[in-house]
Parts: sequence; C-alpha cells; structure tokens
Amino acid sequence: MIVDVLLFKATLLAYFVATLLYLAGVISRRENLGRFAKWVLATGFAVHCATLAARWLATGQTPVASLYEALSFFAWALVGTYLLFDLRYRIAVLGAFVCPLALVLMIGGTAAPKKVAAANPVLDSWWFPVHVSLAFLGYAVFAVAAMAGVMYLLQERRVKNKQFSGLFYRLPSLDTLDSINYRCLTFGFPLMTMGIISGAIWANTAWGGYWRWDPKETGALVVWFLYAALLHGRLTVGWRGRRAAIFAIIGFICLLTTFLGVNLFLGGQHTFSSFTGQ
Amino acid sequence: MHIVVVGLSHHTAPVEVRERLAFAPTAMEKPLHQMLALPAVAEALIVSTCNRVELYAATKEPETAIVNLRRFLASYHGAELEEVAPHLYDHLGEVAIRHLFRVASSLDSMIIGEPQILGQIKTAYGYAVEFKTAGLILNRFLHKAFSVAKRVRTETGIASSAVSVSFAAVELARKIFDRLDDKGVMIIGAGEMCELAARHFVSNGVTKVLVTNRTFERAEKLAAEFNGRAVPFERFTDHLAEVDIIMTSTGAPTFILDHKQMEEVLRRRKNRPMFLIDIAVPRDVDPKVNDLDNVYLYDVDDLQGVVQANLKERQKEAHRAEGIIGEEISQFHLWLSNLEVKPTIVALRRRFEETAAQEMAKTFGNHRDLSDAQRKGIEAMTNAIVNKLLHRPVALLKRTQNETSGEDYVDAVRALFDLPAPAADETPIEPLDDQNEKP
Repeated sequence: MIVDVLLFKATLLAYFVATLLYLAGVISRRENLGRFAKWVLATGFAVHCATLAARWLATGQTPVASLYEALSFFAWALVGTYLLFDLRYRIAVLGAFVCPLALVLMIGGTAAPKKVAAANPVLDSWWFPVHVSLAFLGYAVFAVAAMAGVMYLLQERRVKNKQFSGLFYRLPSLDTLDSINYRCLTFGFPLMTMGIISGAIWANTAWGGYWRWDPKETGALVVWFLYAALLHGRLTVGWRGRRAAIFAIIGFICLLTTFLGVNLFLGGQHTFSSFTGQ
Repeated sequence: MHIVVVGLSHHTAPVEVRERLAFAPTAMEKPLHQMLALPAVAEALIVSTCNRVELYAATKEPETAIVNLRRFLASYHGAELEEVAPHLYDHLGEVAIRHLFRVASSLDSMIIGEPQILGQIKTAYGYAVEFKTAGLILNRFLHKAFSVAKRVRTETGIASSAVSVSFAAVELARKIFDRLDDKGVMIIGAGEMCELAARHFVSNGVTKVLVTNRTFERAEKLAAEFNGRAVPFERFTDHLAEVDIIMTSTGAPTFILDHKQMEEVLRRRKNRPMFLIDIAVPRDVDPKVNDLDNVYLYDVDDLQGVVQANLKERQKEAHRAEGIIGEEISQFHLWLSNLEVKPTIVALRRRFEETAAQEMAKTFGNHRDLSDAQRKGIEAMTNAIVNKLLHRPVALLKRTQNETSGEDYVDAVRALFDLPAPAADETPIEPLDDQNEKP
C-alpha cells in the first residue's frame, strides 16, 4: 500500500518536471529541453507502470476500481499514447499540451481518496480489465486528438489572420496537426467501440442485460455517435482542418463530462461508490 | 600574444570604399605574405567579401601592429590612409575575438543569420593555411570561431526563418502543408517574382508545376524550365483543383479568381487546404477568398509582413547568440593567456630549482663529512625555501592571467629572471571543444 503511493508520488513529480521542461522548451525554443522532457516523461511512465503493478498486486484487482485509480490509469494511458505518437511525429510542442493534461489528471488523483475499493463480485471478471483498458485507451487517444485540435485552432488562426509571432514559429504545420486528428480518430474510434461492446458483454454476464441506459452508457453512446459522425464526415465529404479540430475538442469535453459527471453528480452502475456497494 | 583586427564593413563604409580596398580572392598569396612581413605581425589572415574587408593578425605589440595594418590596408590598394581612415575600425584582444565570433556567426551581417559569411571566412582561412601565414594562434582562433558559429546556428533560431518575400512564401507553405514533394503549384502570369518563388518551391521538393499565361508561348517556355505543364489561360480554372499552391501575378485590372470559383474548387478537392499567393498589384484574387475554410490567401503586403516578423525573430535570436559568444570568448581568452602564463611559470620554477640544485651540489662537494640525514635535511630546507619563494609570484601570475595587467607581470618576471622566451609551438595545446572540420 505504502509502496504504490510512494511510486505514485514519484510519477507525479516526474510528470511535473516533464511539464515544466516542455513548457520551458516551447517558451525558450530550445529543442534539447524538449528532448530532455521526453526522457523525464518516459522515466515517469516507467515508474507509473510500476505504480499500477504495485497497486494491482496489493489490492488483487485491476487498479481502476476507485476514482483515484481511474484518474491515474487515465493519465498512464495518455502518457503512453503520447510517447507512442512521439515515435512517429516527433513534435515536442504536442508534449507541452498533453503533458499538463496528464499532470492535471494525476493531481486530481491525489485529491481523491486512496483507500482500496472493497472487493466486489461484479469486478471479479476478466471482462473488467478488458473493458476499462479499451475504454481508457480510447479516452487517451481522443485526449491527444483534442490537444492536437487546440494546437490546430491556434495555428490556423495565426496563418489565416497573418499573425506571425511566438507560437506561429513553434507550432507544426496545419497538415501535421490535421493528420494527428485523423490518426487518433482511426485508433480511438475502434478502441471506444470495442470498449462499449466489451462492457455490454460484461454487463450481460454480471447483470443479465446488455444495455441498461445508465447515465454513463447513454453519455458514452452520445460521444460514440459524435466521433462516428466525424469519422464519417472525414471519409466521405472531406471534413477536415478546423471543423475536425473543433469536433475533436467537443468530443473530448463530452467524454470528460461523461466520465467525471457521472461519478460526481449522477448515479448508476459506473460510479465508483456503486462498486463498493454503498 | 594578442589578436588584432583592422578593417571596414557595410556598417562603416559605402560600397565605393569597400570595393576599392577589397582583395581579389584569386590572388591572396601576395597580400598575405606582405602582411606577414609587416613589423609586429606574427600571423596573418585576410577576410575579403563584398560586405567587409578585414585583416586579422596575431602580435606581441598590438598598438604597433594596428598602425602598420591600417597603413598596409590603404597603401596596398594605392589609397591615402587619411582618405579611408574614417571608414576603418580596429579592435584588439577580447574585442577582436568577439568581433570575429560575431562575424562568423553572421550577427554582423547585413541580413542577420545569412549563411554565406561562414563559408567565406573558411575560404579566407584556407588561404592563410595554404600560404602558411596562420600559425598556432590564428589556427586555434579560427577553429574556435567556426565552432562558435556552429553552436549559434544549432542552438538559436537565427537562420531558421525566411527573410526574402519569395522564400517567405515557401516557409508559409511549410506551415500549412506537412510536406511539399507531393504538392502541385500553379503559376498564373509568368512574372519574375512568381518565377523566383516557383524556383524556391521546386528546390524544396515540389515536382508538379502548372503554368498559365495570356500568351501561351511564354507559359510554355516557363513550364519547360520547371519540367512543368502549360495550360491555356482561358481554361485555367479547370485545373485549379489539381494544385495546392497558386501564385498569381497577372496584369489584369480586376479579380481573376473570386469567392464563388474557389468555393467550387474546394468542393472538388474535398476541402484539402490551398495556399494562394497573390503577388499582383492590383490584386488578382478577391480578398474574400481568405474567409473560406482551408484556404489561405496572402498578398504582397502579407508576405512582407512575414519577412518583417522573421527579421524581428532573428533579432531576438541574435540576442541569445551574443550570450553564447560571451561564454566562448572567456574560454578562448583563457587559452590564449595560458599560452603565455603556463610556460612562464614552468620556466620560473625550473630556474629556481636549477639554481638550488647547483648550489646544493656545491655545498655537498665542499662538505663531504655530512651524514645522509644532514644532507636530507639541507635538501628539504632548500626545497622549502624555493617553494615558499615561488608561491606568491606563481599565484599572482595565475590570478592575473585573465586581466590586462597579467601580460605586464609575465613580461616583468621574464625580464627579472632572464627567462628564455618559449617557442610557441612547443606549448602543449589543451583540447578545446571544437571538433570543427577543416575547411
């Protein structure tokens, strides 16, 4: 128990340092700072893997059973996704947008109670890790898409209105940002789809019904339709650029609202308190 | 040893003076040898470009060397010194070192960050090496300047943004498109400016070039230059959807491309982004086109704005470059002064120790009855005296080696103890961090 909390704090520290380095790199335009930030982030990610493993061993269940664990897992998936993207795109500026988001999730995690959720027979199914992993990986990919969308809107505004300063020089080309949007969509959408399907199958084995219209399920379905519309628009009528960026941002806001809102304000079987049987 | 520079540049002299005092790049042997033959000049280097003429020298007497170099620069070209003197500048020591570092890093150039100057200095240094007028000091000095320039180039964005209108167009395209090699360009109206920009695009990877012009022959001629295709002016709108970048410079009195046409083109392209460069005055493209999503329209003034912004950006980066140069100067200066101080300290110590050894040998010869223990005692005492006496002067030499008074102390110590002047070549060179390739 102590071990995983300590590791969590180490991860938090690494993400904090990486965020500072990324931001400093963007502000001072030193590429080596960005590279250094990536190594710090990768180290933090490795520690994060150990954190999750320690938690898993300590509690004996997939570490996504409380809000603290879920936020930590979300941040883990986000950083992992970013590091994978970095292999292909090598845009340190993207790190300056994604890393702070991961940091915010982690800080949210520290605020949430860390006590272990009581064992729940419903969670004792191997559909549970499959469902949450797919869902959170989807979230993470969509988070990257949203950050790329923010960058796109910032850069598009500059190119369109001919404002050449600061960020104009630091942000990558519109095409690159748009292709990140597309790439994220092609990864994120299948992940989310499989997440929903695996959840339905799990629900059937646990409660004897595929779909119960609880707030989270409804929200997820709305978000799924949103991304489906974007993917369809991209592939058929040439939606791209600004519109795709705005869609990705709205989609992610809806996603976050569904994820947090359900837990904090609404009820249903997806709230963490329901896991503990309260 | 000191480094001095005498010269003139676009900052101090108009082109008439610069061309009068320039050295022909094909005949550097004569002036280099004449310069080396001047009194007080130990090593010589001449940098002569269209924007500057500079004589660099290593010398023991900097003031004399500067006077001689000024006179040489005028007389070699048959000019009166009084006439050109107002355009000349001279620097010595640290200021001269900073000067070359700044010049090599293109901070002193007419367009900050332009890349040619480094190559020109490398060529100049090549001549000095070829004709053996550069020695230990200038060798190290120039290699250091090259590595400083390299550092400035890689660690700052001083040369990263375009400062010409035609190149600014390419740079903007790179902010819109990820890559240019799969993009197409259409040139409407075969103007000079379009041609130049098109050349930049082609050299940056664009392979597909379409050209259209009211007179079809001119379009064909220009298209042939870029391995492109000429399309008839009456039907050029049919081909707009094929290209990503459009440059127009026709003499048409009204817009040749309007909002509605572009809307249609975009629909056909499935909204793939387009970059329009309207160089014509009066303009060829309706400015309202810029309101369309995924279309970016720039006119001449906009491009000029990019250039201005880039120049400002370069100024900012130049500021950082000055910081890098500052760091490197102190490092080089330390090496230069070490060149004098270290051998002086070694020679001083050797003089003391040799004297002590001689006197001890004499004493031991006269007193053969001394026991081993007593001899050891005398030896120890003598060494202690030598070390105690040396301690303060050595500390002073080391402490003052970075100050101007350091040279005086070195000279005084040499004179007082009649130390031999060290052959510069024998001084061990401490490795600096310049792994620059030789030009």
